[in-house]
Amino acid sequence: MEKLFQKISFTSATLVLVLLLGIFTTLFLSAKPAIDEFGFNFITDKRWNQEVPLTQTQTDSQADAVVEEDNTQSDVDDEDDMIADEDDMILDEDDEDSQAATKTVYGGLVPIVGTLLSTIIALAFALPVAMGIAVFLAEIAPKKIATFVGGAIELLAAIPSIIFGMWGLYYFAPIIAEAFGGYQVSLLTAGLVLGVMILPFMAAVTRDSMNTTPDVLKESAYALGATKFEVVKDVIFPYSKVGIIGSIILALGRALGETMAVAFLIGAVYSLPEKITDPTISIPVAMAVNFGEASGLGESALFYLGLILFILSFAIISFAKFYFLKRVKS
Amino acid sequence: MRLQLNKLFLVLSVLSALIGLGFLAWILITLFVQGLSSLHFNLFLNDLVDGGLRNLIVGQLVLAFFAGAVGIPLGMVAGIYIREYGRGKYAELIRDLSDIMMSAPSIVIGAFVYAIAVIPFGGANGFAGVLALAIMMIPIIINTTDSMLSLVPKELREAGIALGASKYRVILDIVIKAAKVGIMTGILLAFARIAGETAPLLFTSETSNYFSLDLTQSFPSLTVSIYNLANEPEQSSRDLAWAASFILTFMVLIINLTGRFITRNKK
Repeated sequence: MEKLFQKISFTSATLVLVLLLGIFTTLFLSAKPAIDEFGFNFITDKRWNQEVPLTQTQTDSQADAVVEEDNTQSDVDDEDDMIADEDDMILDEDDEDSQAATKTVYGGLVPIVGTLLSTIIALAFALPVAMGIAVFLAEIAPKKIATFVGGAIELLAAIPSIIFGMWGLYYFAPIIAEAFGGYQVSLLTAGLVLGVMILPFMAAVTRDSMNTTPDVLKESAYALGATKFEVVKDVIFPYSKVGIIGSIILALGRALGETMAVAFLIGAVYSLPEKITDPTISIPVAMAVNFGEASGLGESALFYLGLILFILSFAIISFAKFYFLKRVKS
Repeated sequence: MRLQLNKLFLVLSVLSALIGLGFLAWILITLFVQGLSSLHFNLFLNDLVDGGLRNLIVGQLVLAFFAGAVGIPLGMVAGIYIREYGRGKYAELIRDLSDIMMSAPSIVIGAFVYAIAVIPFGGANGFAGVLALAIMMIPIIINTTDSMLSLVPKELREAGIALGASKYRVILDIVIKAAKVGIMTGILLAFARIAGETAPLLFTSETSNYFSLDLTQSFPSLTVSIYNLANEPEQSSRDLAWAASFILTFMVLIINLTGRFITRNKK
């Protein structure tokens, strides 16, 4: 019985390893056709689902450049963006009729850039506010108020991400669009809603890091006549710096993979944003929006994007864990 | 100068806290106003095809319960291994991997399940949704079990062993009992979290407009339907989405608060 239980528990623990390897292998195998087809150029190619004459891409890279230029031009015509895209599509279909040999090109640049930019915006917004909340909870507020505010912030963290998306689209985005101009669905609004979403997580882990500072250190500083600001800046922050940075990177890793809050707001358009108020797309949103109708190479390209996202967030999270948070423990 | 700087710092910090609270209040008030105004008793009696939400609420709970039935025991036993049996590097590795998996993008888990449980069976099915949610739940349960067991004093285990109990008896009858409250809380929080998930269900269970308990077909899901409804142009669909969001948030927050209430009372 003892042996059996030990075996079962060992097997369950190993399941984690198997699952992670399984996720990686499955994504890789499913992405294999796209990886074979596009290789690493996938990362720098901004075309998605575009018909390109076969001969052109193989023999003449100049032609590629022309196609891309065409593309950027249609992007510039901001207002007519959609219409221009439709025209492009119609043109592409014509091309297909005239030249039988075409192939569809998928490139990941736009979703990758969109993911990184929206995460950076989220971080730029959430970081100062989260630090402020953490300081408030750890150092400033009386215990009762800290418990109440802390509980409320945790409640914010418990709200499902789809709610953030809907609230963001119908209530938050119009205000932001009013203030900054541009579209309601844009990189900016998506990034800000993402920022609101990671705010509680970031504040909570930062507070926990700050709370590891021994009271003796703080009390000595106060006894020397230091103000709260000086205690936070010169005692708490240096002491818990490593933990705080680790928590921030952890929050960044989470923001990268967030789907639903961003899906409502980023616009899901495959074009590189020229202004912060332009709509674009991120990796999770590309997967959420296109997975349903994708097949063949398109589906494989989405798996390729998923693989990139998985590796990216895996790398960032393990970096935070091993480089920063591990040092806190020991 | 020092004191003014300090004052500015305090003001900014309090302001941050107010911003955080403000967002919470804004979202909750929006949900209450929009949700309550489109909430009818009939929503609980009709299915989505007749403009109600009954099938979706039942479907979401069924998915989450089955995911819990798979994920909770597996996660607990794995957590027990890490804390009680595992020695050295391997247990440490599993602990780290499980922590990383806890933050893995949920949409990627959806894509993984799509590849292994949707494509081979020719279409979206409830089992795939359950699998995706269970995969999300396992690392959370491992994490809480692990940290709750670490709070149980060593003396309790030693006392059990000294009485001649075998190790698994000590774990199941003494250690788990001592950590019961903490683990229960962890389970409730994990359940609340996966019950509100959308991304892993998008292309695994998808959703259905009809009442169904058949896990081999696409399965009604409240969250996925909210996503679909909110993107439709008609005002009536959006109202329905708000009502559904209100119900979803209400369920999730109640479970979450229950979990935290249990621990607070214990303390």
